[in-house]
Amino acid sequence: MTLAISIQNLAKTYANGFEALKGISLEVQEGDFFALLGPNGAGKSTTIGVISTLVNKTSGSVEVFGKNVDTHVYETKLDFGVVPQEVNFSLFEKVRDIVMTQAGYYGLPRKLAEQRCEKYLRKLGLWEKRDERSRTLSGGMKRRLMIARALVHEPKLLILDEPTAGVDIELRRSMWEFLTEINNSGTTIILTTHYLEEAEQLCRNIAIIDAGKIVENTSMRKLLNELDSQVYILETTSRIPSGFDLELDNASLEIVDEHCIEVTVSGGLSINEVFALFSKADIKIDSMRNKTNRLEQLFLSKLESND
Amino acid sequence: MFSNHKYIAFETIVRREIRRFTRIWLQTLVPPAITIGLYFVIFGNLVGSRIGEMGGFQYMEFIVPGLIMMAVIQNSYSNVVSSFFSHKFQHSVEELLVSPVPNYIILSGFIVGGMARGLAVGTIVTVISLFFADLEIQNLFITVTVVLLTSIVFSLAGFINALFANSFDDISIIPTFVLAPLIYLGGVFYSVELLPPFWKFISALNPIFYMVNTFRYGILGASDVDVTWAFFILCVFIVILFTSCIFLLRRGTGLRT
Repeated sequence: MTLAISIQNLAKTYANGFEALKGISLEVQEGDFFALLGPNGAGKSTTIGVISTLVNKTSGSVEVFGKNVDTHVYETKLDFGVVPQEVNFSLFEKVRDIVMTQAGYYGLPRKLAEQRCEKYLRKLGLWEKRDERSRTLSGGMKRRLMIARALVHEPKLLILDEPTAGVDIELRRSMWEFLTEINNSGTTIILTTHYLEEAEQLCRNIAIIDAGKIVENTSMRKLLNELDSQVYILETTSRIPSGFDLELDNASLEIVDEHCIEVTVSGGLSINEVFALFSKADIKIDSMRNKTNRLEQLFLSKLESND
Repeated sequence: MFSNHKYIAFETIVRREIRRFTRIWLQTLVPPAITIGLYFVIFGNLVGSRIGEMGGFQYMEFIVPGLIMMAVIQNSYSNVVSSFFSHKFQHSVEELLVSPVPNYIILSGFIVGGMARGLAVGTIVTVISLFFADLEIQNLFITVTVVLLTSIVFSLAGFINALFANSFDDISIIPTFVLAPLIYLGGVFYSVELLPPFWKFISALNPIFYMVNTFRYGILGASDVDVTWAFFILCVFIVILFTSCIFLLRRGTGLRT
């Protein structure tokens, strides 16, 4: 399968001496939904900056769909769209003009540009705002406008730098649906985010970057399998008898109240075995959820081990 | 990028630039017209009537070409410097830098935007001048060519200023401390023949002196400079400034970290 992105030994040292990237290597398959995670200042935005040519690299190479971004400047730029972290459109222009202008930069004929503009503004719920100045939009709308703008030339690769930062939960969920739809239609997506739940929900592969180095690069499934233990919160319809215990080596429990219990499962123990013991004790389970975000636990442990 | 794509990108930049300065016409088109109109009333009409002739022409006739040229120079420069710097300031320049638009297309788009405003204001000032003086253009080709070339030179200069600028102060320093003195000492209000030899020599080092006088030659048919030499200087400036802009864009000066 073709690689959407291939980064080899990429290093970036800023003029003030700050070493943002220390020779990272990274590959993203075509069609992937890829998460690039890391704490603030880890090098995520610098990596995106180098790919999108806004940051001059110190050394290393970047290829987009097999073409080097230094030697095939214009071809590679046609293949990707970027949604930056900060708002970067003119606040004095109308919503429609911003998207149309971007279409013009990519050489789209006016009629096609108008069709695409309408298509993406409608998809992102901005069509009604098309004649308003962009400064009047809410924070969430501004982010959606940047996504519409990045998609107007229908790139094969979409790079999103914290697209849902500061966006309310409802809107975030609708953006997830939209991004999943885009990915399902064949667009490769690279996402940086601070919301680990977001990465877990959306992405198939993941890289964790910390202090300019890649500390983990694997599939989401493999990464989550690394977890030693998981804590579940079970809500029950029937009352939990006092003194109830699972009597399993790899599971412990804590009764929160009469209808709520916290179960810690480790060592590869199946949750079905836990359910079987509840059933045996005639306790009916109403609902179950993870106490903490699983990826969050792993993320923190990876960063700690890199210290 | 195919050539028709490049043309669409170029047209998009020009359209955006023209849309910008026409949207804020009260800031971009009206003030220069009022200022230059006041020059006509005060210097041309009130003071000029006491001066009499300058360089063989009525004083009002003498200053009209210089004032038109002054409007073109100032507005071409300020359109590009303020527009490009505000794209930098708002980070909207990243839209352009991330897109596949070649550097020379970006530059050409901003130049034409600057020319459009310079020529729009120049036309307004010319129309106003008709209320004060009867203009009979002696050489249309020279008049049009020199105004176009001058507009290109100062659009390019404005672009370089915007690339290096880090604050709004930085985009007003050059127009205030460099451009304004060069314009006022460029023979807009007087003939260089009135100056003592030393200042005559200093004037000859001022490129605006050649532009103003060549334009005056196109309109009035008389000039303090050799027109061929003036065109040569203009072309040299355009080549040097255009090459510098492309070099700076390629290096990412003021744009890429």
